[in-house]
Amino acid sequence: MTLKTEPFVLNIGPVHPSTHGVFRMRATLDGEVILDIEPIFGYLHRGVEKLAEERTYTGIIPLTDRLDYLASMTNNFAYCLAVERLAGISVPERAEYIRVIIAELQRIASHLIAVGAFLNDCGAFFTPFLYMFREREKIVDLFEMVSGQRLLYNYMRIGGFNEDIPDEFLPALAKFTQQMPGFIEEYEQLLAKNEILQFRAKGVGILPREMAINISASGPVLRASGVKWDIRKADPYSVYDRFEFDIPTGTVGDCYDRYRVRVEEMRQSLRIINQAMEQIPSGPVKSEVPHLIRPPIGEVYARIEAPKGELGFYLVSDNSIAPYRCHVRAPSLINLTALRDMMRGWKVADAILIFGSIDITMGEVDR
Amino acid sequence: MILNPSFNLSYHQQTLPPDWPGGFWWHWLVFTLIIIVFFLAMVMGYIWLERRGMARMQARLGPNRCGPFGLLQPVADAIKVLLKENIVPVKADKLVHWLAPLVTFIPALLIFAVVPFGDGAVLADLDIGILFVVAISSISTVGIFMAGWGSSNKYSLLSAMRAAASVVSYEVPVILAIAGVVLIAGSLSLNDIVQAQSVPFILLQPLGFLIFFISGCAEINRSPFDLMEADSELVAGFHTEYSGMKFAMFYLAEYAEALAISAIITTLFLRGWKGPVLPPWLWFVIKVMVVFFVMVWTRATFPRVRIDQLMALAWKFLLPLALINLFITAIEVLTWPEALPWVLILVNIAIMVVLVLLWSKFFKLGWGRVEV
Amino acid sequence: MTVALSGEETAKKIAEQFSGAVIEASDQAILVKSDSLSEIAKYLKDTPEFNFDYLVHISAVDYLDYFELVYQLASLEHNHSLVIKTRCYDRENAAVPSIVSIWRAADFQEREIYDLMGISFTGHPNLKRIVLWDGYKGHPLRKDFL
Repeated sequence: MTLKTEPFVLNIGPVHPSTHGVFRMRATLDGEVILDIEPIFGYLHRGVEKLAEERTYTGIIPLTDRLDYLASMTNNFAYCLAVERLAGISVPERAEYIRVIIAELQRIASHLIAVGAFLNDCGAFFTPFLYMFREREKIVDLFEMVSGQRLLYNYMRIGGFNEDIPDEFLPALAKFTQQMPGFIEEYEQLLAKNEILQFRAKGVGILPREMAINISASGPVLRASGVKWDIRKADPYSVYDRFEFDIPTGTVGDCYDRYRVRVEEMRQSLRIINQAMEQIPSGPVKSEVPHLIRPPIGEVYARIEAPKGELGFYLVSDNSIAPYRCHVRAPSLINLTALRDMMRGWKVADAILIFGSIDITMGEVDR
Repeated sequence: MILNPSFNLSYHQQTLPPDWPGGFWWHWLVFTLIIIVFFLAMVMGYIWLERRGMARMQARLGPNRCGPFGLLQPVADAIKVLLKENIVPVKADKLVHWLAPLVTFIPALLIFAVVPFGDGAVLADLDIGILFVVAISSISTVGIFMAGWGSSNKYSLLSAMRAAASVVSYEVPVILAIAGVVLIAGSLSLNDIVQAQSVPFILLQPLGFLIFFISGCAEINRSPFDLMEADSELVAGFHTEYSGMKFAMFYLAEYAEALAISAIITTLFLRGWKGPVLPPWLWFVIKVMVVFFVMVWTRATFPRVRIDQLMALAWKFLLPLALINLFITAIEVLTWPEALPWVLILVNIAIMVVLVLLWSKFFKLGWGRVEV
Repeated sequence: MTVALSGEETAKKIAEQFSGAVIEASDQAILVKSDSLSEIAKYLKDTPEFNFDYLVHISAVDYLDYFELVYQLASLEHNHSLVIKTRCYDRENAAVPSIVSIWRAADFQEREIYDLMGISFTGHPNLKRIVLWDGYKGHPLRKDFL
């Protein structure tokens, strides 16, 4: 005789200690098993695309900071790249190298939060999270040295930077890149072979390869499913084709693979930073750009490999001081498309874990 | 010899301590006061140790404002929580909601009636001491379930169901681990168990100690088994809807149960109050603090298991190991009662290592995905 | 390096399969009729020489006479990309066929375009507002909204 059960609806609500930002999931549960899940977001919609149509091209840079607020530098980078391609502005060598160094530092900082929050969702009660924040403090100190800000930097400009990096930046960066591999080893020692983490994360929330390509996943989510696609290698921008680095990929596409891909990417970013520090030339950091940029009529789509995935800007210009249309291709929004398929059949505890392993930032999802 | 089963059969014939002047009622009054003072002081100490110990392990400072080294932090917490408004949800079952904290808290206090603080210094030297402990500690689960049900909140109900399932599962390895100790000591009375430990039972029953420690952590909902109050999953579990003094009762109950389990571990495995130079009660306090420190250590280090993995751990891993441990202990007691201590210690530790390694190879946790 | 396929050559191949579908082809993009959008998309995905299995993004632009939808496609295997555009001239009841059945990535992006621009996608399984709340009146990203 089978037991008669009745599914009920649980609202894993917008305000929750563990949904990263304001994200709501309406879950239909049968006991602890998830039958269906409906993601509802839009709580952080600020109308960035509409606001961008009324601001000058340089004035949009602070708006782009607030898209993925945990990785502001790469947002600025993508936007400046798009405007430079649209207006045909070239960037001096030194500025390109500084951009690469800062983008890779930002990638390490973002992955530290992603991995720390993922482990926090596993239940490791803040210990790995706080250890990773200790390293992130060092990166944020470096950024403060450069831009004066700790979270929303507004540092890159169209055509380079306004000011050169201060003299103490490169020695401090060298000290950081010497210490960081030791810290990553420390995390690996505690966590990589931890039985409980393996039980919780291995085989959970699998995103198969074909589905990952079909939903246009990008970034670590795509690479963990076995697709070797990284925009820094496939469609190199800035000076990335001068560096040697590997692309870590996973095999299965479960939460554990996504976690491992992020940790390995941190190591590869350190490699890129070391090479860039050796090769960096001296020279100007900003090319001659008018104060109010008027690109010729046209449109452009430019993309970079942001820590969360492929961040792209589609700009349409009508030769005025503000863009006619500025559309953001947000990686977090598109990575979320398969959430329902990844979660069905697992338990409530796994739902939080799977959601944390995709690593989204609500600023990007809602814009 | 340590494995003599009829060691002190005559000792526990009397329930009065050997040389107490006032008689039964004075004994009861003094010990009740001692237990209450000890209990409150230790719980405050536990709260401090947990917050400060975990903070230092997480590379941060922890409370350091109230009093030197933050020692008065628990007092500040208590005052804060007493001054909060007592909110009861509208659809809650009022009586159940009100009674739940009491039903959860009181059994943890009752366990101390049989724990010895010194030679014969125990409120009631029951000759079924450890059985009393096991029976009473299960009552607090009823309180947790009442809290979950009476809150009329789906999160609380989920968490209460998890709690009930897990406590029931972990009772069995606990009892089997205790049975191993009882076999060697020859008595159920806690005072006798302490007296019989010329060699601490942690060395003679290493597997039993491990099983008891893990199952004890699971029973009192501490990490890595704290799914009941999993902050990152169900907000706060069964005590989501509680505030003010009732929440203080739950908070106290959590540490009270930790204190109770530490006290039982000290009594059963670590020689209780016995020790060379210092007075017996001081040894007891030190040992209890050390056991709790190990619990804090595991909390700061490990991630959390999932509910079905928790049950699988109890039924498929700990239960067979506990049964084998009991079997081997029984064989040793029957066939080898005059063995030298160190031989037995080595044999037992070797058996434990072999069994744990072997079993973890064959052990599979959790069913994974359910087809919907 | 991702090669952007030349619009004119690809337009010729598409015109062979679906006559009359291609309105205009330039080096950057191919403009097609909105009715034949899903067939062209399916053809581009299934043909091995193109193999456009990755939909990079969908955008909508409001040129006051018409709406223009921009689809950027990419192939991970051949590492080339293509831009397809389609126009919608009706402002009151703008409708375009949905390509969710071909690339699931279009799911949230089409909902967002419906929400902010007011273009409905026929054949979309769940066309609800996504970033604004359900009772909102109007479509903010249109040029005549504010």
